[in-house]
Amino acid sequence: MARRLSFKDAINEALFIAMRADADVIVMGEDVAGGGGRKDQGIEDAWGGPFGTTKGLIGEFGPKRVRDTPISEMGFVGAAVGAAATGLRPVAELMFIDFLGVALDPLLNQAAKMRYMFGGKARVPLTLRTNVGAGNRAASQHSQALYGFTVAIPGLKTVIPSTPADAKGLLLSAIRDDSPVIFCESKSLMNSEGEVPEGDYEIPIGEAAVLREGSDVTLVGMGSTVHTALAAAETLAADGVHADVIDLRSLYPMDETTILESLAKTGRVVVVDEATPHCGMAADIASLCADKGFDSLDAPVKKVTAPHTPVPFSPVLEDAFMPSADDVVVAVHEQLGWNA
Amino acid sequence: MISREEALDVYQQMRTIRSFEEKLDALVKVGRLPGFLHLYVGQEAVAVGVCAHLNERDIVNSTHRGHGHCIAKGVDLKGMMAELFGRRTGICNGKGGSMHIADVNLGMLGANGIVGAGVPLTVGAALTAETKGTGGVAVAFFGDGATNQGQFHEGLNLAGAWKLPAVFVLENNGYGEATPIEFATAVGDLSVRASAYGIRSLVADGMDFFDVFEKAGQAIEHARNGEGPTLLECRTYRFLGHFVGDPMGYRSEAEQDDWKSRDPLETFLAKALELGLVREDALKRIDEQVAAEIEAAVEAAEAAPYPEPSDVLTDVYVEG
Repeated sequence: MARRLSFKDAINEALFIAMRADADVIVMGEDVAGGGGRKDQGIEDAWGGPFGTTKGLIGEFGPKRVRDTPISEMGFVGAAVGAAATGLRPVAELMFIDFLGVALDPLLNQAAKMRYMFGGKARVPLTLRTNVGAGNRAASQHSQALYGFTVAIPGLKTVIPSTPADAKGLLLSAIRDDSPVIFCESKSLMNSEGEVPEGDYEIPIGEAAVLREGSDVTLVGMGSTVHTALAAAETLAADGVHADVIDLRSLYPMDETTILESLAKTGRVVVVDEATPHCGMAADIASLCADKGFDSLDAPVKKVTAPHTPVPFSPVLEDAFMPSADDVVVAVHEQLGWNA
Repeated sequence: MISREEALDVYQQMRTIRSFEEKLDALVKVGRLPGFLHLYVGQEAVAVGVCAHLNERDIVNSTHRGHGHCIAKGVDLKGMMAELFGRRTGICNGKGGSMHIADVNLGMLGANGIVGAGVPLTVGAALTAETKGTGGVAVAFFGDGATNQGQFHEGLNLAGAWKLPAVFVLENNGYGEATPIEFATAVGDLSVRASAYGIRSLVADGMDFFDVFEKAGQAIEHARNGEGPTLLECRTYRFLGHFVGDPMGYRSEAEQDDWKSRDPLETFLAKALELGLVREDALKRIDEQVAAEIEAAVEAAEAAPYPEPSDVLTDVYVEG
């Protein structure tokens, strides 16, 4: 049975399921309880995370398994790595991926490399949940889509769901994966709703989803930009242009096969990514198409991304920064030679 | 105090570390051994004095200067030597080398190339021990240089806030690479840094096994009893350079001679003989045995196969 749930409630449900199924799963991060469990003040539960994704966990699992951390990202991410390497299965929350700057060494040089450096003897089953993306008027240091950084680090996996159902199933996969997984949550999708199956299920890491089928162009999105691509596909369809829309879901490992099979059918690829354009997913996918799909290409691959700038504050500027469905439509028109 | 049997173990471990490191020094200088090595000669009393209290449930995180901690935690010498030679039979299959030498099955969570990085990892290992109720403790070894790193401060704060079973062993050898500690911080007594995080501190003479053993015992017992972490500062000195090939020039002969006159092996022996814990003839047998074991490890390592080039691709992720 599926019900409609919000994205954040789907994440919350996955955490309850994972923690009930495995006593080694713990949750830690800033305000994950948010002062919950202060029974002396009659407080059973409080914030439950800045978006409420960890609400209620402290009540069922207690303060040993649901730990509020100090605002000390390098310290608690490092502790989560050490805990993962010694027998726990921590789900740590880096409130915003922008804070990677103060939390990077434990991920870059410790979690990602322990198994390799130690000759395959270590396991680091860490899940790092983190918010990504713009659209909340949160300006330059709380709005970035920095998953390209973690994708570039061998030893880490990175995923980004676009629907509540995938958020639940991908998070359960991430928690049960024995390698470290960076689980990105698009802020702009937190309150979006969708059908979510009941019970325990996993969406495999490394598999993209084809959300809409068409024969004229392939639109590849990830996280929030899946919805940008879907909106663009709707507009294009009105003009008789039919798009395959691929939801990447997993950034590393990336499902190359699904992209290349779609390209073989459509001959055109547009990548829609709210990250900045250099050394990122859009560049990687363009490179993949040029390398392994060259003979199928009927037009240049288009990258519809944010510009090479910080994220601005003013709503007018932030909207201009974000890739829009109109930008995608224009890119497809260029591929079709309609703008000439 | 330790028994006669334990005294022989202590001597054997300290002698093994000393001879192992001196052998590596010689092997690098004649071009037989590759890599970037940081040797532990002079600091043996710290690793051995602390690890004497540990068992297999207990976790140790080490530094770039990690061979001594491995030996004191019981890591196989042959496996270590083969690792340093980059062989497939190495304890890390040749993937880690000196700076990442580890044996997680023995609770040795690795040397570490990032100064201070072992501190939060230790906090995490202590969190595992506490959450799962294993009764284990987690120990971080690090130098004076690490006490100026954010990971040290964030890690100590977290361990204090959560009252975790951790011991932070500060091996103050006076130098962060080539720079004297007094150039690096205005804090004269590094042990006081513990008070900023509400945790206990102890200071030991890092050249004296017995003093380290006693203070480490207090810190570890405190942790095991659920009374929280301790910062244990051991004042010590490295007799060799920061790395093999260090041109030095940053410390006087007189200073070095002064510390060498307090050699931890000799200091231990003098006291152990005085207390009647060891006999000269037994020590000689240990010296011979250690030398033979190290020679055998070198021979085995040099005869061992290198990894296959295709092994570069394995063990990045957990498969299946």
